[in-house]
Parts: sequence; structure tokens; C-alpha cells
Amino acid sequence: MSAPRAIVIGCSAGGMRALKEVLSKLRSDVGAPILAVCHTGSEDVTTLCELIGASSTVPVREARERCRAHDNTVYIAPGGYHLLVEYGGRMSLSVDERVAFARPAIDVLFESAADVYGHELVGIVMTGANHDGAQGLLRIRQRRGIAIVQEPLDAEASAMPQAALDLAGADHCVPLRDIAPLLNRLCER
Amino acid sequence: MARTDIEDIEVELFQRALLARHGYDFGGYAPASFRRRVLNLASSLGCGSVGELTSRMLREDALLPNVIAGLSVPVSEMFRNPSTFRALRTEVFPILGSYPLINIWQAGCAFGQEVYSLAILLEEAGLYDRCQIYATDFSDAALARAQEGIFPARDARQYSENYLAAGGKRSLSDYCHARYDFMKLDDRLRRNVTFANHNLVCDGVFCEAHLILCRNVLIYFSDALQDHVLALFRDSLVRNGFLCLGNRENIDFAPAGRDFAAVDAAARIFRKNAGNG
Repeated sequence: MSAPRAIVIGCSAGGMRALKEVLSKLRSDVGAPILAVCHTGSEDVTTLCELIGASSTVPVREARERCRAHDNTVYIAPGGYHLLVEYGGRMSLSVDERVAFARPAIDVLFESAADVYGHELVGIVMTGANHDGAQGLLRIRQRRGIAIVQEPLDAEASAMPQAALDLAGADHCVPLRDIAPLLNRLCER
Repeated sequence: MARTDIEDIEVELFQRALLARHGYDFGGYAPASFRRRVLNLASSLGCGSVGELTSRMLREDALLPNVIAGLSVPVSEMFRNPSTFRALRTEVFPILGSYPLINIWQAGCAFGQEVYSLAILLEEAGLYDRCQIYATDFSDAALARAQEGIFPARDARQYSENYLAAGGKRSLSDYCHARYDFMKLDDRLRRNVTFANHNLVCDGVFCEAHLILCRNVLIYFSDALQDHVLALFRDSLVRNGFLCLGNRENIDFAPAGRDFAAVDAAARIFRKNAGNG
């Protein structure tokens, strides 16, 4: 299997801690952009970026519309906007209706990334108290991308990873501490 | 990134059919969101596939308003991003006040939430009676809704909070009546508003504006179409006129973006550069 061309991550309740754990142990040369939706309820994700960025091995930025998503960089969806990927790897934003009560919605990011990257995409659903991400993960698997789900019993909130497993299943279902090592292996070139 | 997916082909054919049959050109829309909207539209109209939607759209003329309404998906709220409205009030209104007559163009007004927001703040600033507001959209269904000024009562609390955060001086309830599950904005707020159909993709300059608001519309456009519309705004604005965009919009990729200078970068308020007419 070839190394992924992009990684997408979705998390909600308890998501900041989970993101921090994964990104602090990630190899700094993953060779792919990392796009993430973390429901925070706040319009401003600057603080979130700073908190996660403090211990991350790669830079963490707010996603800007029209900009290319560069390798070895994490892009966080801004509050109040869906984040999407366009063919060619540039990012776009939308204020279309909430999906699964959320904007940004994990489903929107995952589905657009699945359309663009197909089997060269890794999608990760972590802790959360709703069912956002399940539909998106299904699309990723339909397009032969790799699905990773945090073990529900290991998650701060189990509903979201459980919903993803129930609808989409997963190629890897692992506890939080094993997600970064797994990604590091998948990204070996 | 081979685009051999059947849905991709269907969406492309739908787009071409809509242009050929009805003259609506969505070729300049950013593909990812457009694709989502088309898929949502197909399922909301009970079509099993985008191909079926295309076939119905070609033969059933009565479907066109629904198609256009579905592709415009107007989502906004009153005083969305209150800090932007506060900046308009404190930074832009004092300068607008120096003109005897003020033309304002709200481009892509959708259901009108921001038109009413603007009217309220202009009223409180004592400027409204000197204003002519043009509220335009390419969806007739959206324009009809905007003209009614009726919004779900469940949004009232959020709108009120936004209004106060935007620096509103009274209470939002002073400007609307509650009726069952709805709130209706005061008809008087509409007295200087002209609602009109205008498509940013293909229609041209129609007024000389002192302020143009176009929030979260250009985010759906490709670089080329964004540039085209920014040039249209530049040509529609008076010398030193103002442009207000959505809070996360990026005009760095558009050559016409260089004809604007940020007055308040966080609020996305720009001014047409002196030297551009």
C-alpha cells in the first residue's frame, strides 16, 4: 500500500485533548496535509490552534479558503464554516446548512476529501458525543481509503466513534495512544 | 486524482444541461460545495440520482425555481458576526453620513436577514432616510422570502444577542412582532429597500454604490469568477466606496482584489483604492 496523500481527522467532545495526544507523537515528515474538524462551539479557533500547536510536531493553523493544504501541516476548520478540499488540494469554506447539527461538520470534510483523494486518504474519527463523521467515514471506505476509529471504550465520549463503527466499520479500531504510532507506520515511505 | 467517478460525471452533465436549457451558468462555482448542493437537491426532490434530476430539470420547466433555490442554499442570520456590524456602525457609517444620498448594495441577500440588520442600524444612526438599499439575489424564491421579512421565532434569541453585540441601542423586539412560531420584521424597515433579481455571474453594474455588502457569497466561486465579481464591485463603487465581505473570505488570489485596501481586516471591510475611478 502506498503512503497516504492526505489525512483527515474529526473529533468533538474531548477532542482537543485527543488531537493534542495524536499530534504530539506524530512523525514530523508524514508527507501529507492533515485537515481537522474539532467541534468547539467557538467562532474563533486561534486559541485551539495555539494550545494544540504548543506540543505538536508539525505546525497547526486555521484553514484559509483558497490556500493549498501543504504537507506536514495541520489545518483546523474555522468556527461556523464547513471545510472542504477541492481537486488539486486547495481548501474551500462554506456556510451551507449544518450537517448533523454541526458547522463545521466532519461529514462535509471527509466526503469532499474522499472525492479528491480516494484510496490515498486516511480518515480518523475520535471522541465525540454525536454521530457526525459516520457518513463521511463511510464515503472514505467506499472510495477505498483507510478508516481509523478510536476504540469507543477508550474515548472520553464514545457516541461518535461508536456511530462511525456501526455505519462505516473501520480498518483499524485502536485506543488513542496507538493512533499516532499507527499513522507513523502508514506514512512510512 | 482520476475523475472517473459516475457522480462526478453526472454533476458535470447537470451543470451543462442547466446552462444549455435555462441559461444558468454554474461553471465558475467551486466544485466541492456545488457538488454537495446538487446531491442534496437530487435527494430532496426525490431523485434517485443526479442523472434523474438532470432529466427532470430538462423536461419540467416548473422545477426550475426549486432547482435555483436549492443551488443557492441561503443560510444566514441577523447581525451575523456582530463585530462586523459594529465595525460598520463605528467606522463606515460616519463617512457615509457625509453624503447627501447613500446607495447601498446588498449582493446575494438570500432571505434578507442582513438587509434588515443593516436597516435597523442605519435607522438608529439617523441615516436611513437618506439611504437607498438595493437587495439583490439570483433566486426569486429567496427574494420573495426576503421581502416578507418573516423568520422562525426559534432564531429570535440568537438574533437579539447578535443585535446587542453589534451595538444595537434598543431591543430587537422593538422592530418585530411575534406571531405564533414566527417573528415578522417591521414593514417600515423596508421602505427604502428595493429587492431585485441580479445574478453576479452574468449581470452588470446597475448602480453607483457607497457601500456594497456581499458576505459569504464569493466563497462559493472559483478564483476567476471571484475576480470577475470583485471587478464588478469595483466598477459599481464610488471613489473610496466600501466593500464588506464574509469574515473568512480571502481575496489574495484575485487580481481585482488589489483594487481594494483593508480598512478593518478582521471585519473584512475594504475601501476601493483611490486612483481606481
